[in-house]
Amino acid sequence: MSKRVRLAVSLSLGLMGLMGLMGLTLGPAIAQDKEVVIGLQCDRTGATQIVGTTICPAYHDYVALVNSKGGVEGYKIKVIEIDHEYKVPPAMEAHERFKKEGAVIDSVYGTPQIAALNKKLEEDKILGTSPGFGTAAAADGKKYPYTFPIAASYWSQGAAAVKFAKDKLGGSLKDKKIAYLYFDNPAGKEPIAVLEDLAASEGFQLRTFAVPSPGVEMAAQVLDITGRYKPDYIITHLFGRSPSVSIKELKGKGYPLSKVVALVWGAAEADIDAAGGFSAAEGYSCMQFAGVGHDYPAIAEINAMYKAQGKEPPKEQANSVIYNRGVFLAAVHLEAVRNAIKAKGGGKPTGEDVKKGMEQIKDFTLGGLVPPLNITPEDHEGGGWVQIWTVKGGKFEKATEWFQAYREVVKKHIAATN
Amino acid sequence: MLHRESGVFKTSYAADMALYPLPIARWTVAAVVVLFAVVLPVSLDEYYLSVINLVLIAIVGALGLNILVGYTGQISVGHAAFMSVGAYTAANLAVHLHLPFWVTLPAGGLMAALIGAIVGIPSLRIKGLYLAIATLASQLIIEWVINHTPAISGGAQASIEVPRPTVFGVELKTQGELYFFLLAFAAAAVVAALNIVRSRIGRAFVAIRDQDIAAEIIGINIFGYKLLSFAISSFYAGVCGVLYTYYFGIANYEAFQIVVSIDYLAMIIIGGLGSVLGSIFGAVFVTMLPIAIRIFVEAFGGYFWDTAALSAVAASMRLIIFGLLIIFFLVVEPEGLNRLWRNIRNYFRVWPFSY
Repeated sequence: MSKRVRLAVSLSLGLMGLMGLMGLTLGPAIAQDKEVVIGLQCDRTGATQIVGTTICPAYHDYVALVNSKGGVEGYKIKVIEIDHEYKVPPAMEAHERFKKEGAVIDSVYGTPQIAALNKKLEEDKILGTSPGFGTAAAADGKKYPYTFPIAASYWSQGAAAVKFAKDKLGGSLKDKKIAYLYFDNPAGKEPIAVLEDLAASEGFQLRTFAVPSPGVEMAAQVLDITGRYKPDYIITHLFGRSPSVSIKELKGKGYPLSKVVALVWGAAEADIDAAGGFSAAEGYSCMQFAGVGHDYPAIAEINAMYKAQGKEPPKEQANSVIYNRGVFLAAVHLEAVRNAIKAKGGGKPTGEDVKKGMEQIKDFTLGGLVPPLNITPEDHEGGGWVQIWTVKGGKFEKATEWFQAYREVVKKHIAATN
Repeated sequence: MLHRESGVFKTSYAADMALYPLPIARWTVAAVVVLFAVVLPVSLDEYYLSVINLVLIAIVGALGLNILVGYTGQISVGHAAFMSVGAYTAANLAVHLHLPFWVTLPAGGLMAALIGAIVGIPSLRIKGLYLAIATLASQLIIEWVINHTPAISGGAQASIEVPRPTVFGVELKTQGELYFFLLAFAAAAVVAALNIVRSRIGRAFVAIRDQDIAAEIIGINIFGYKLLSFAISSFYAGVCGVLYTYYFGIANYEAFQIVVSIDYLAMIIIGGLGSVLGSIFGAVFVTMLPIAIRIFVEAFGGYFWDTAALSAVAASMRLIIFGLLIIFFLVVEPEGLNRLWRNIRNYFRVWPFSY
């Protein structure tokens, strides 16, 4: 008994000592003069790790590349990464930690997380980004001054999918039938409002098919679509494991994949691989908010940097869709920081300066990897640009250039939420 | 709590039931109050207060679950769903009727208590794992209903933004201001729980947990007390959900999914089932340990990995060390951290004259 207690006592004392030690190491953050701090929230271990384990290394790679070339306008970039396991309370802790370390950008990750931080970002005057997730209404810079979706929202994506279907079906959707297969959560339901509007104005028939969480069982819905509804086109909006299941199911029921377009989270190499490889998914189209593949100067420079260190290119690049999104995110962040430093004449930027810098981003394309964003104080989405890539001959092929669709409908919905 | 009681003997029932068993207990309680109300907020910066704020909210939720699982022996894996009931009730009242938090907070708790009592009805007939599955169903049903009822969820995004709480015209928004807000409710929750468990109700809960047939024979209304336990537990959960809502400024059911229920079960099992202090230990342990491990790995990992690789390692290390520590503590003391604490206290009680 007493031995056990002694063990416990020494253990507790040891833990207390350890905590004290950590308190010391975390003491007052000594901010370097020529250093800009960015906080990066990640999910490498939680529900969406399939994204997090690729997007975060890509972010670090691009920042390392910029730092190796002397940083941004003479400032080194320091990235603090915190993994929140896709849970909400740790996201708040991460934000406070970034604030303590003097971060000018909080790169938020996850829809519930950005929802919980919107208010705090504004109060602390730290810019937060939510590329490809979060509420579509956040595009309104007047209502959410410090929240920047920077990539196409689900409303813009839904509108773009309709436009793509329209082009594929010969320029008119009159009396056509479109099926919308979606993950039954708020993110999955969000585009429906825009789709319904467009169904009325374009004259097509829309039917929605919900896939309940965790989204790996959708045989009934797909049978309903292919056997009974028989649509002319299918728009899918699925997450995690479910996009690969949808490809398999649709193919199994004999529906041509060339009449399917997936919104941005059903669109990575990993999803195609899980569905049985590129040969099995021939014709499947995916929407993207960053370039796909390796033929971009930024990717080549990252690889050259690795080669100079005598290393192979990072293995995460095999999943180029997600990897390039990490590069996209880092590049847009650093461009905002660059604008802020320039506007201050070389002075160290604050969160407010970087917000203004972000609102000046225009014609910054990074060799085609980044869409022609035009971020303004009113429009934090930057225009809702997307590209569509189609599986063809064992790889992704570009099916369209950067395009926007039905902006007036999307804007009407944004205005209606305020 | 922290004092030694050697040499003090009780000779009456009143003395045995006293909230302060010893005169010195008064002083320890006063010292704890001063520590939390004055010393901590003055000496800590916003970051540490934000961590403590998360712990305070977790304490409220863990206490509620411990009353149900630890004291009454009715297992529930739907705790997070009751939090979302409280959160959406408060958010709707705050946004549509512009009610202040001191109305919405009890309203959220009461609504959760009502739903909780309904969900508790099957507990009269089923026990153990079967009841766990019934409560799991309630978790999924509540999630589905919120997701598909715009009247509750406020639209497709299922998020309702609430204004910051105000006290005497002061808007509470910094971590320091929210700290006092949360501390008040966490303290009230602890005091209420301490009093529930030493009252007639608490003793009835324990009797039901230990042997429900015997409890019925000595005249305890099993059905009533089981439902009461569900209601009290859900009231705590609802209040916890409301606190989350005001803390984050938004009610969003995706923050209250099944993994959160599991987290709270982990808290009370690690902390100690059937103990108020154990709920607090568990909430502190589960909330702060991952953060402590990460800071530790960040501080010392730099000797082994470069910065980019360290981020990848830190995330995995945190999970591994966290899991190992849970197993370690439960092997050292299967009854949780509270029992560990009592062992330590008993050891020092007669120290250094153990024999």
